[in-house]
Amino acid sequence: MTGPGSVSMLRHGKVDLALHHLRDAIDPGARPLLILHGLGEAAPTSTPRWAEGWPGPVEALDFTGHGASTIPRGGGYTAELLLGDADAALAALTDGDETRSITVAGRGLGAYIALQIAGARASQIHGAVLVDGPGLAGGPTGPTSQSFFSLPSTASTPDPYALVELGRDLRPPDYATLFVRLALAGSDLDEPIAVASVFRPEWLEAVAREHGVLDLTLAEALELYAT
Amino acid sequence: MTTAPAHEHPVPGAEHPARQYHVDVNGLRIAVHEWGDEAAPPLVVVHGGFDFARTYDIFAPKLAAGGWRVVGWDQRGHGDSEHPELYSWDADMRDALAVFDHVSPGRPMPVVGHSKGGAMMTQLADAQPFRFTHLVNMDGIPFNRRIPDVAEHERTKMVATEIAGWLDHRRSTAGARRKPGTIEELAARRGRMNPRLDVEWLKRLVTVGGFESDDGWRWKIDPSMRFGGFGPWRPEWTLMRLPGLPMPFLGILGREMEEMGWGTPPEKVLPFMPLDGRCEILDEVGHFVHIEQPDLVSELVFDFVGAPS
Repeated sequence: MTGPGSVSMLRHGKVDLALHHLRDAIDPGARPLLILHGLGEAAPTSTPRWAEGWPGPVEALDFTGHGASTIPRGGGYTAELLLGDADAALAALTDGDETRSITVAGRGLGAYIALQIAGARASQIHGAVLVDGPGLAGGPTGPTSQSFFSLPSTASTPDPYALVELGRDLRPPDYATLFVRLALAGSDLDEPIAVASVFRPEWLEAVAREHGVLDLTLAEALELYAT
Repeated sequence: MTTAPAHEHPVPGAEHPARQYHVDVNGLRIAVHEWGDEAAPPLVVVHGGFDFARTYDIFAPKLAAGGWRVVGWDQRGHGDSEHPELYSWDADMRDALAVFDHVSPGRPMPVVGHSKGGAMMTQLADAQPFRFTHLVNMDGIPFNRRIPDVAEHERTKMVATEIAGWLDHRRSTAGARRKPGTIEELAARRGRMNPRLDVEWLKRLVTVGGFESDDGWRWKIDPSMRFGGFGPWRPEWTLMRLPGLPMPFLGILGREMEEMGWGTPPEKVLPFMPLDGRCEILDEVGHFVHIEQPDLVSELVFDFVGAPS
C-alpha cells in the first residue's frame, strides 16, 4: 500500500478489486478500518468525516461490479461472493497474517457483508459496525415467485446485474444470526458486532436481538473498536 | 454436422452430438450440443452440477431415435462453455433462458433435467410455465439438509470450518488448474464419486469432459468451482414449488443414495406431486438414473411426453 489516495488492485478469482487507501495511520501500529459501501455506490475517495478519528489507516473497497472493480459477464452476484471480496481485502490489509486484525464498517449492503466477514473470519475482525445505506434491506426471507430476465451489458459501474441480484438476495433472519454466533465463537471480543443503523429490516432486527450485539451510534462503535 | 474426434473413448450406444455451437449470453459463450434431426421438434436436456451436456451421450441419442431434436448445453464453467467471473443459481437460470430462446423462441417444449438441472427446471417451470409442455425431473428434487446430530457448539464449529474452507479456496483460485492425470486416473477419481457407473463410461466422460495437455488429461470444468458451499437457500424450497406446477410432471428417482445425489428419500417426494404429476421410483438404481438405465428411462420419457408433433 502506498500513499493516501492510492488504489491497489486485488485479485479475487477472475475479478480485480479496487482497494482505496484513504489515509495513513495516525497511530502507527493501530489496526486498519475497512469501509464497505452500499449497493450501487462505490468506495469513498477520501476519508469520510465520521472516520477521521480512527487511529489506524482507513481503507475502502469497491465490491465486484462497483467503482473501479471488474464488471463480470452475465451477472451471478451473491452476498457470499461479496464476502469473498471482503476477505480478499482482509488478506491484503493483514498481509495474509492470521494473527493481525482489522475493523469493518459497512453501509447498507456493505453492512450485511460486514456481518458476514465478522462471522466468517471472526478472529481477524475486531468489531463490525453496521450502518444505514443502500441495499440494507435486501430481498425476501424465503422462497419467492421472482422470475428471471437478461439485462443489457454495460461498460460502466455499477453493473445493473449487481443492482438487481443483490437487491433481491435472500436474507432469512436465522441465516444472518448464524454469522453472529460464528463471530461470538471466534472473536476475542465479547461484543464483536455493533448495529448503528436507524432502519432495521427483519434480518437486522434479528441480529440486533442476539447476545453479543451492541446497539450504538457509529461514533460510539468506532471509539469502542479503536482500542 | 460434427464428427467425433479420434480421442473420444468409444462406448456402445454413445454418440457424438450431431451439431455443436455456442450461444452468446452477455458476452459469455455457452456451448450447445444437439442430437437427432435438426428439423424435428425440440426436447431439452439439462445436466447436473459438476457434469456437462455430453453426459447425455447415450441417453440423448435414444431420445433422438424417438423423433426428437435433443438439445443440451454446458452450464457456465462446465464442459465447453466459458469460465465466467461469477457463478450463481440466477445466472444459470438466465443462461438456460438464452438457450431456450435460441432453440424454441415463443414455443413451449418438453424438458428433462437431471439433479441440479432438474431442480433448476422445476424452479423455471414455476416462474415461467409457458415455456414447458412437460417436465421430467430425474433425481433432482432436493430435500432437507442432512444436519449432523451433534451439539450446537460443535455444529457452529463445523459451519465455521466450512465457510473458512470456502474462503480459503476463493483466495487460491486465481491461477488454479485441475490436477492432471491419465484417462484411467481421471476416470478412477470420478469413479470414487460415481461408484455405480461403468469404468468404460467414466473413461468416455474423461475424453469428452476433459482435455489433453502436455502433462496429461484435465477436466474442463472451472477449477474455481468446488463442491459444497453455503448460503441462505434451503433445499426444501424446490420441493415446495412442485405441487403448483401446471404442466404434466414426471419424477424419476433412484432409490440408491449416492454422494452426488441430494439424498432425498423417494417417499418424501410423493406428497408434493402436482395435480398432473407422478413419480417413478427405480429400485437398485442410483442418482444417475438415465446412465444406469438408459433404455428404461427413455421409455418412461416417451410414454410421458408422447410422440413428437
